[in-house]
Amino acid sequence: MTEPLSRPRRKNPLKKTQAPLTPQGVRSRTAHGLTAAAAEGRFELQVCADCAAVIYPPRDACPACLSARLPFKAVDPNGELVAETTVRISTDPYFRERTPWRIGSVKLDCGPVLVAHLHGDTIEGGRVRLALQLDRSGAPVLIAMPARDVPNMAEDVQLREMTCDPKFRRVLITDGRTQVGQAMAKAFSAAGASIVFVGIADAWKPFPGDAALKAIERVEIVPLDITDTESVTELAEQNGGRIDIIVNTAEYTRPGGIVERRGLVVARQEMDVRYFGLMRLAQAFGPALRFRGADGVNSATAFVNLLSVHALMNWPAFGAHSATEAACLSASQAMRAELRPGGVKVVNLFFGPTETEWFQSVPPPKVTPAAIAKATIDALTRGLEDVFVGDVAEDVRERLAANPKALERELAGS
Amino acid sequence: MSGAKRRQSYDGVVACVPVTIPYRRYSINSAHWWIGRALRELVRQTGLRPTDLDGLSLSSFTVGPDTAIGITQHMGLSPRWLDHVPFGGASGVVALRRAARAVQAGDADLVACVAADTNHVDSFRRTLSTFSRFAQDAVYPYGSGGPNASFALITRHYMKRYGATREDFGKLCVAQRANARSFPHALMKSELTLDAYMAARPIADPIHLFDCVMPCAGAEAFLVCREDTARSLGVTGVRVLSTIERHNAYPEDAIQLRGGWAVDKHELWDMAGVGPDDINFVQTYDDYPVISMMQFEDLGFCGKGEAAEFVRAQSFTHDGSFPHNTSGGQLSGGQAGAAGGYLGLVEAIRQLTHSALGAQVPEAKIGLVSGFGMINYDRGLASGAAILAGPA
Amino acid sequence: MSVDLALFAASIASGAITIVDLTQTLTPDFPIITLPPEMGQCAPFRLEEVSRYDERGPAWYWNNFSVGEHTGTHFDAPIHWISGKDLPDNAVDTIPAQKFIAPAAVIDCSQEAAADPDFVLTVAFLENWESKHGRVEAGSWVLLRTDWSKKSYADYAGLREDGAHTPGPAPEAVKWLVEQRDVHGFGTETIGTDAGQAHHFNPPYPAHFYMHGKGRYGLQCLTNLDLLPPKGAVIVAAPLKIKQGSGSPLRVLALVAK
Repeated sequence: MTEPLSRPRRKNPLKKTQAPLTPQGVRSRTAHGLTAAAAEGRFELQVCADCAAVIYPPRDACPACLSARLPFKAVDPNGELVAETTVRISTDPYFRERTPWRIGSVKLDCGPVLVAHLHGDTIEGGRVRLALQLDRSGAPVLIAMPARDVPNMAEDVQLREMTCDPKFRRVLITDGRTQVGQAMAKAFSAAGASIVFVGIADAWKPFPGDAALKAIERVEIVPLDITDTESVTELAEQNGGRIDIIVNTAEYTRPGGIVERRGLVVARQEMDVRYFGLMRLAQAFGPALRFRGADGVNSATAFVNLLSVHALMNWPAFGAHSATEAACLSASQAMRAELRPGGVKVVNLFFGPTETEWFQSVPPPKVTPAAIAKATIDALTRGLEDVFVGDVAEDVRERLAANPKALERELAGS
Repeated sequence: MSGAKRRQSYDGVVACVPVTIPYRRYSINSAHWWIGRALRELVRQTGLRPTDLDGLSLSSFTVGPDTAIGITQHMGLSPRWLDHVPFGGASGVVALRRAARAVQAGDADLVACVAADTNHVDSFRRTLSTFSRFAQDAVYPYGSGGPNASFALITRHYMKRYGATREDFGKLCVAQRANARSFPHALMKSELTLDAYMAARPIADPIHLFDCVMPCAGAEAFLVCREDTARSLGVTGVRVLSTIERHNAYPEDAIQLRGGWAVDKHELWDMAGVGPDDINFVQTYDDYPVISMMQFEDLGFCGKGEAAEFVRAQSFTHDGSFPHNTSGGQLSGGQAGAAGGYLGLVEAIRQLTHSALGAQVPEAKIGLVSGFGMINYDRGLASGAAILAGPA
Repeated sequence: MSVDLALFAASIASGAITIVDLTQTLTPDFPIITLPPEMGQCAPFRLEEVSRYDERGPAWYWNNFSVGEHTGTHFDAPIHWISGKDLPDNAVDTIPAQKFIAPAAVIDCSQEAAADPDFVLTVAFLENWESKHGRVEAGSWVLLRTDWSKKSYADYAGLREDGAHTPGPAPEAVKWLVEQRDVHGFGTETIGTDAGQAHHFNPPYPAHFYMHGKGRYGLQCLTNLDLLPPKGAVIVAAPLKIKQGSGSPLRVLALVAK
C-alpha cells in the first residue's frame, strides 16, 4: 500500500539545497518513438507492420522477419512481473541518491520482456500494467503499475520522480484576471497545492471574479504584470525560491490576420503579453526552478504553457494570434532544453477556441476554462509533456499528422 | 539443416605462452599501455621480435576510439591477419578458435591473442552507460545497477525456478577464494567464509557483495601457432580438442535460464571425443555465481536445474572433486574488462602445461574453458567453450 | 519693454521664484487610460535595462523605454482629437515653441471632488471663482485642482462596472472657457482632461472636442496643483518633438513668485 504523502516540513534555511541530478537521458533516435508516446501519456511499442511482432527494446529491424517497417503503436500494457530486484548500490549519481530502487522484468501478454521501474504496489509474480513516463532527464522509461488502481497511487516515491504532482507543491498562476486563471487557481487548490500564488496586474483595475478568486483556499494574490520586466523580477526575487510549478495563464486573443489588420500595436501587445511575457517569466523564474529540481518532496517540477492549438498551424481568422502562439511554442522547446538539467518539465497544453469573450462569435465546440484547468492537473499528475484539450485541438492535431497542407487550406476556410 | 559438413579438427595447432599482467584496482594508464605490456611479455618469453607476430586478435572495451587496426600502428606491428573480438566474457574462446583456424589454414603463423582493459576512476560507469544501444535505451536508465541488477533478476528467477539458495552460490565463491589464496595476481586473497559471504551487504537483491566481481585494470594474452613453431620457440602448448560458440540463444526465454552451450554441448563433446568425466578441471566464466551454475548444467556436468544439488555434492578447490576456477576466477581475481574473458583460458594453458602460478591441479590433462558475455539488454548473448588437452 | 533675463535667472537661483514640479514619475504601474479591449490601447510605460555595468556594457548603465503618447503626465495636441485634425500647427512638432510657456489659473474644486467623484465643473462654478480671483485671462492654462493625484491608484482610476468615475468639466464650461475666455488649454490631475463619465456628455469628451477643435491644448496626470496660487503661476510644458505626434509625456514645471 502506498503511504500517503505527508506534508513536507518547512525547509531549514541553513541547509544546503540538494543539487539536481538527472538519470542518463541519451536515447537512440528510434527509441524516441517511446518519447513521443510518453510525452502524451500513451503506451506504445514498436509493432512490425509485416509480421505483427511486438518489439522491445526499440529496433531498426524486426527480430522475427527483418522488416524495417516498425511503427510505434498502442499495445496491451498488461503483463506479469516475472522477477524483481531492489537496487541498493548504483553506479549512477542520480540513482545513488535514490536507492533502494526497485526494478523488474515484465513479460507482456503481447510478447516482449521489458525491464521496468516498479511502482511500490507491484508484487513479483503478480499482474502489472505498464506505463511509459518521462523521467527527470525527459527521456522515456517504463514503469510497472499495479494492475488496478490503488489508494494514493500517484504518491509512490518512484512514480513521483516521473510526475509533477501538485500535491504539497507551491504554484504560481501568472494571471488571475482570466477565466482560465481563476479556474486554474480553484483546480490547484483542490489538487492539494500548498500555496496558490495568483498574479494580478494593475490592481487598480477591477475584474470579474475578484472576490471569488480571493475566497479560494490557499490562494495568495501577488502583484504581477508579465508585460513589465521589473514586476516579474520583483516577484521572482521575493518568491522565486519557493515556487515549484508555474502556470502561465496570461492570454491575449484578438481576431485578425496579418494583411487584414491595421498596424502593429495589437500585434506588439500580443507578443508582449505572450512571447515576451513568457521570456520574462523564464528569465526571472527559470534559474531558480532549475536549481531547485531536487529540493525535496516539494521540489521545483514544472512550467506549464497554455497554447492555442493554432500554434501548430495558423488559423487566418486569428492569424496574428496564431503566429504569436507559434512563437511561444518555439520558445517552450528551447525552455525544455534549458530546464531539463534541473529535471523540470515544460508542459504544453494545446486547445482550440475557449468559452470566453474573445471567441464569442466562434461556433462550438469550445473548451471551458474548467476543462483546461482539469487537463493541467491531469497532465502534471501523470507527468505528461504535451496535452491536447478538447475536440478542436484533437481535430487539428489529427489533420496535421494526416496532411499539413490540407489543414492549411481548411483553416483558411477554403 | 541436413548435410552439414562435419567440423574439422584443430590438429597441429596449439595455444601457448600464457601471459597475465598483474591487475590493479584502478590504473591511470590507458588500455594501450596494458596491451603493450602484454605484447612485450609475449615477445620476451619467446624471443620473437614484435614484427614476427603476423597475427593479432584484440579484445578491449576501453581501447576506444581505437580498434585492433589502430593498435598495429601504435605498437609497431605489421600483421597479415587481424581480428577484433569485442565479445567480453566469450572473447578468449572466440579468439582462440578463430586464431587456430587462421594458423591451421596458413593465413598466419604466430597470432598474438590479447585482451586488456584499463579501469580509471569512473570509467566503469561510463562503460556501462554506453555499453550497447539496448543498454543505453533500456537498461542503464533503470536504477543503473549495471550488470548487478541484470544478474539480480536472472539470479532471482533461477533461484525461484530451481530452488538454488544463496548458500549454494556462496559455496562456489568460498571455494574460488580458497583457490585464489595461492594465485599471486588475485586482487582478493583474504579468506572468505560462508558466514562472511552470507552476511555481506546487499547490492541488488539477491545479489550481495561477494557475488559481484570487482572491476579492475589488467591484461591477459596467449600465442596461437603450429605445434612445430611452438617447439622451435622452446615453449609448450596445449592442444585444442574442440570449441563451440553461440550468440543470442533462446531469445524466447522470458528471463535467461540457460545459455548457448545447451544448444551446442553435444557437438563440443563429440568433437573432442571425451566426456564430462574425463575433464580434470573446469574454468567457467564467473561474473556471478549463478552463471557458473548454468554452465555446469548447460555443458552437461549435471542436468538442467540440478546445479544446486551438484554444487552441494562437489568440492571446487584445486584439489577437490571438481576443480573449478583454479586461479580464483574473476570473483577473487578481479574483472579486468575483456581480460576477464581470457582469464580462464590463460589459466587452463598453465594448468595443462603444469606451470600454474598458484595451486596446480594434480594430473591435469584435459580441461574445459567456458566463456559467456555481453549483457546487451537483459541477458548474456555470447557463449562459447573449448576443451583443451595438455601436450601429447 | 525690456526684459531682464539675468534677474529672472537670479530669482530662480535665489528662490525668489520657486519651481514646482507638476509631473508624476513615469513608472510601469501608473494607471493609464482604459478603453474597451477591442480598441487600440495606449501603451503603459515600460523600461528595459540595456546594460548595468555588466557584460552588456561594462562601464555604463542605460535603459530603453517604451511608452504611449498619452501615458503619465502628458500633453495633448489639437491633432489628438478629430475636431482638431485639420488645424494648422496642430501636432507637437509644429506647435510654435512660444506656446509651451503660459500663465495658469488654478481652479480649486478639491472639496467638491472629494464629496463627489463625478463632480462636473460648471460655468457657474467658474464665474464664482472669478468673483473671488478675478477674470480668467486670455492665453492662460486653466488647471483643475481636484487633489486626485493624492489618491490610491484604484481610487485615482475610479473604475467601476459602468466605467470611470472621475471629475471633469461640463460641455458648457469648456465652451465658455474657449469662447468667452480664450484660454490656452485645460489641465487636470486625472487620467484625462474630461470627466470619467464624459462619454455620456453632449458632445462626448467636451474638453477634448472643444479645446482641440479650437487649437487649444491639454495637460493630464498633473500633480502638486495644491502648491500653486489661484493666479500668477507660469507653466512650462514643452512636449517631445515627435513628428506628427498627438501628444507626449513631458516634464511640467510651474514658476511661482514668492
